[in-house]
Amino acid sequence: MARTGTHPVLGGRLAGLTSLRLADNDSLDATDPRGRLVVVGNGMAGARFVEEVLGRGGGDQFRITVFGEELHGNYNRIMLSPVLAGEEHEDGIVLNSHDWYADNRVTLRAGIRVERIDTAAKQVLAADGSITPYDHLVLATGSRSFIPPMAGIRDADGGLLPGVLGFRTIDETRALLAAAAVHQRAVVLGGGLLGLEAARALQAHGMQVELVHAAPHLMNAQLDAEAGAILKRSVESLGITVHLDVLASEVAGPGRMRGVVLADGRRIDADLLVVAAGVRANTDVAVLSGLEVQRAVVVDDQLRTDDPDVYAIGECAQHRGEVYGLVAPAWEHARVLADVLTGTDPTAEYHGSRTATKLKVAGVDVAVMGISAPERDDDEFLVISEPRRGVHLSVVVRDDRLVGATLLGDTRKVAALAQAFDRGSPLPEERIRLLVDLSDGKADVGVAELPGDSQVCNCNGVSKQGICDAVAGGCGSVGAVMDRTRAGKGCGSCKGLVKQIVEWAADGDVAEDASAGWYVPGIPLAKPALMAAIREQDLRSVSAVFAALAPGGGEDAKSKMGLTSLLKLVWGVDFLPEKDGEFINDRVHGNIQRDGTFSVVPQIKGGVTTPAQLRRIADVAEKFEVPMVKITGGQRIDLLGVRKEDLPAMWNDLGMPSGYAYGKSFRTVKTCVGSDFCRFGLGDSTRLGVDLETRFQGIESPAKLKMAVVGCPRNCAEAYVKDVGVVAVGNGRWEVYVGGAAGATIRKGDLLATVDSPAAVIELTGRFLQHYRENANWLERTYDFVPRIGLERIRQVLLADSEGSCADLDARMQRSIDAYTDPWGQDGKQPATPGQFRTSLPLIALPQVPVR
Amino acid sequence: MSLTGVATSTRAAYTVGRVEDVPPGEGRAFVAGNVQVAVFRLRDGSLHATQAACPHAGGPLADGQTDLDVLVCPLHLYAYRWSDGGSSAGLRAVRTYPVRDVDGDLVVDV
Ligand code: SRM
Ligand SMILES: Cc1cc2nc3c(=O)[nH]c(=O)nc-3n(C[C@H](O)[C@H](O)[C@H](O)COP(=O)(O)OP(=O)(O)OC[C@H]3O[C@@H](n4cnc5c(N)ncnc54)[C@H](O)[C@@H]3O)c2cc1C
Ligand code: SF4
Ligand code: FES
Repeated sequence: MARTGTHPVLGGRLAGLTSLRLADNDSLDATDPRGRLVVVGNGMAGARFVEEVLGRGGGDQFRITVFGEELHGNYNRIMLSPVLAGEEHEDGIVLNSHDWYADNRVTLRAGIRVERIDTAAKQVLAADGSITPYDHLVLATGSRSFIPPMAGIRDADGGLLPGVLGFRTIDETRALLAAAAVHQRAVVLGGGLLGLEAARALQAHGMQVELVHAAPHLMNAQLDAEAGAILKRSVESLGITVHLDVLASEVAGPGRMRGVVLADGRRIDADLLVVAAGVRANTDVAVLSGLEVQRAVVVDDQLRTDDPDVYAIGECAQHRGEVYGLVAPAWEHARVLADVLTGTDPTAEYHGSRTATKLKVAGVDVAVMGISAPERDDDEFLVISEPRRGVHLSVVVRDDRLVGATLLGDTRKVAALAQAFDRGSPLPEERIRLLVDLSDGKADVGVAELPGDSQVCNCNGVSKQGICDAVAGGCGSVGAVMDRTRAGKGCGSCKGLVKQIVEWAADGDVAEDASAGWYVPGIPLAKPALMAAIREQDLRSVSAVFAALAPGGGEDAKSKMGLTSLLKLVWGVDFLPEKDGEFINDRVHGNIQRDGTFSVVPQIKGGVTTPAQLRRIADVAEKFEVPMVKITGGQRIDLLGVRKEDLPAMWNDLGMPSGYAYGKSFRTVKTCVGSDFCRFGLGDSTRLGVDLETRFQGIESPAKLKMAVVGCPRNCAEAYVKDVGVVAVGNGRWEVYVGGAAGATIRKGDLLATVDSPAAVIELTGRFLQHYRENANWLERTYDFVPRIGLERIRQVLLADSEGSCADLDARMQRSIDAYTDPWGQDGKQPATPGQFRTSLPLIALPQVPVR
Repeated sequence: MSLTGVATSTRAAYTVGRVEDVPPGEGRAFVAGNVQVAVFRLRDGSLHATQAACPHAGGPLADGQTDLDVLVCPLHLYAYRWSDGGSSAGLRAVRTYPVRDVDGDLVVDV
């Protein structure tokens, strides 16, 4: 679908770009006793520094002004890689919106470039002609992409030739995404972290990507030649062509980028060139202002430049000869400088960072910290290299301390190693334990032993103590801790560790935070208590539940869908429906799509259809000009891009029941051809699949339910990875698996039982489904439910009838089955509410869905 | 001084439909003049109107779910406050319009 041409300001305000306060006019503010703190650069270092200052009460000490050349609020630059890969939406990477600055009384001058500092007059001169006085000035101008001096890379005006882009800002990322949408071939210059992430991301958009790297192996700044060679193979196996040890000498035009010529004469035709060949610190402001600049702005241990009131932090700072290209050091700078300037610790000093980094490329796991090879005679060096599996692990140990580690292809040990590296904690005598688990029962270093100040989330600089404090402060769920501390909200690679620490800090009692145990956020009750209250107080509608059970009787939009589902389960036909209690999908019995149209998936039981059905679907698709007809992954046919107002007429013409492809309900049963046709078939899987789908059609449940039946363990319809999967194993016997998944989570189902007839499969399935419906949390799929309850316990209840509940489960399931009606037959004839099928958008222009 | 305080343009009133066209708790989309608006009738009887397309990615807000505090867009489930159109997730605010019941007619000022 075409998006509108104007790009929004990320984290911007609705009306107007610059935040509320304009440049503080010295004479007007003369009465304000606070010092003037000006930050140049609104990137990851600058914004974090402001946060650190505010966190130390600096808002009362300073009038803070931040200049940012980018129009946007502050965003997480690290996350541009997942944004480019389409894995993350740009709105999700905003760290501080324009409103945040206003709320914290910080003047944000977004979109305004600082040109020079007059250190004698203590004034900042900006491109808009404004003059801003300061008492303390912090440079946080970061870096920019290094553009190598290739022939033809620039146009006549000195700008980059169209089709050539760096990868540093959100605007460049948007331009790359736009280019990826229209072009097929890209060359990425640079085989470091950034280049590899860019290459993989563009490839995810279907581009054919070639990577050109001047050094003899990939990631040469972090890896040795052997590891680099293994990485090359992993990258190539993703389908990216890699050219090593060769310079790109020329960009071929004319008019725009059409190809890249290599120094050895080869030419690669392409429409897009991404330059990721390193960065250079932005030092122009410092140079023009007469500050000492080498590779970057030179600072001392208090981040001070050679002017006593000017500081530099982040990538534009050079400290003890080091210039860092990662965010963790920038945040250490921010902390130390905030301590110094607010007087929290006037003697605070920064002594350098030990850097660790991870490649954020799906399918290629690389984590590196410290040095990659021994440097001294008595350095210990341990390497495990398995080129065939793409695995290369090494550690360097000096004086019993970990000084370097490289993990390629298997990063399971990264958390433990990072701790040893950061903390210098004692290492196991048998060094090999650093890299592999030797199963002698000795447990790994648990979260309990982690020191409080060890960093858990590198993206957002959250320590173990920070997480424990949040738990102590009342956050009892992992989600609440993540919201409070932002831990795990960067690249997400630390989520597992965050969860462990929360559980440990809450002493296993994570339910201390009650809301995590509530069935829906708006009613303070867990599912069993909620169901009991609904029954006892005879609450039959969503509004009745809110009135009786919500604090203050207030309704909650995000709880309505879950309550509707639960009430249907409890009351069956005696439930009092309220349309506003349903999600739009359930209100109109179709799945809403990105442009507000809907999809129509008729029921095709077990994937078995007939020529007559197919003819009818074809006729309907033509008559209603359906933009796309697609065979789904669920073995049926999807009519996509249907206007809401056309739905009833289409259902009527189809004359087929709803396939429930939109609901939190029973969906489909996939089947294979089975014993009727397949030479390996051991049971009639198609028949059983159709029977299961007929019996459980439309049953609402806490989350989607998908099943499959296969005629033998070759598993052609993927039964091992379904909520309920049934496998014929011969002699009339069938295995029933539960809790499988192959969606966002992959899990092989657990074998619940082997039974000896299709009827027994149907009975056991019904019993399991009802147990799940009554006990699972809202939106908890079986792949979470089964391990949470435990297979043994489920077996006890369903097979040994340990609670004497089997007959009731069967009866309650039967009641739901009896209550089934096809929603298409129902609302199609008589709308449930006025305007149920009226269009909601667009009322003026027509929908634009690509037609294939 | 604010950069944005100047735009107090005149509003015009449009009758877009009848109050009963919007079922309790739900929203419906209408055209007021040349503007697409979504009108909501909350369960306490109050009326609210917003721009019809979500500021996030153009979702049809009239298909969203409501309570007395917020409107939740059906596409990505971001919530917007009735009080000021703002979003707690820091997205751009949704534009709101005055709407009232005049003898059963829905009258929106845009
Ligand atoms: C149409 C279909 C893709 C296709 O063209 O083949 C599809 C389309 C959607 N899937 Fe799917 N899924 C489809 C098969 C699958 C399968 C394969 C299967 O069913 O065998 C899976 C993996 C199995 C599973 O369910 O886990 C699958 C795992 C998901 C998930 C991840 C669920 C999870 O917990 O892992 C979501 C997201 C969710 O449910 O929150 C999802 C969500 C969606 C939604 C409904 C997105 C949404 O919420 O709006 C898509 C609707 C598109 C549209 O506009 O209509 N879809 N989806 C398939 C319909 C099957 C059908 O006939 O009913
Ligand atoms: C795609 C990508 C992926 C990355 N992945 C990782 C990762 O996984 N891990 C990691 O640790 N690091 C990663 N990095 C590096 C990380 O983003 C940087 O280390 C970090 O952003 C440095 O922060 P900074 O504030 O010094 O610079 P920046 O974030 O670049 O901020 C500098 C800001 O100053 C502004 N500015 C410059 N000059 C002026 C001026 N004269 N006037 C006003 N404003 C000015 C710029 O517009 C910019 O907004 C990645 C970088 C990119 C581009
Ligand atoms: S159909 Fe499924 S896999 Fe495809 S984009 Fe939608 S949710 Fe993702
Ligand atoms: S379009 Fe409304 S939340 Fe995304």
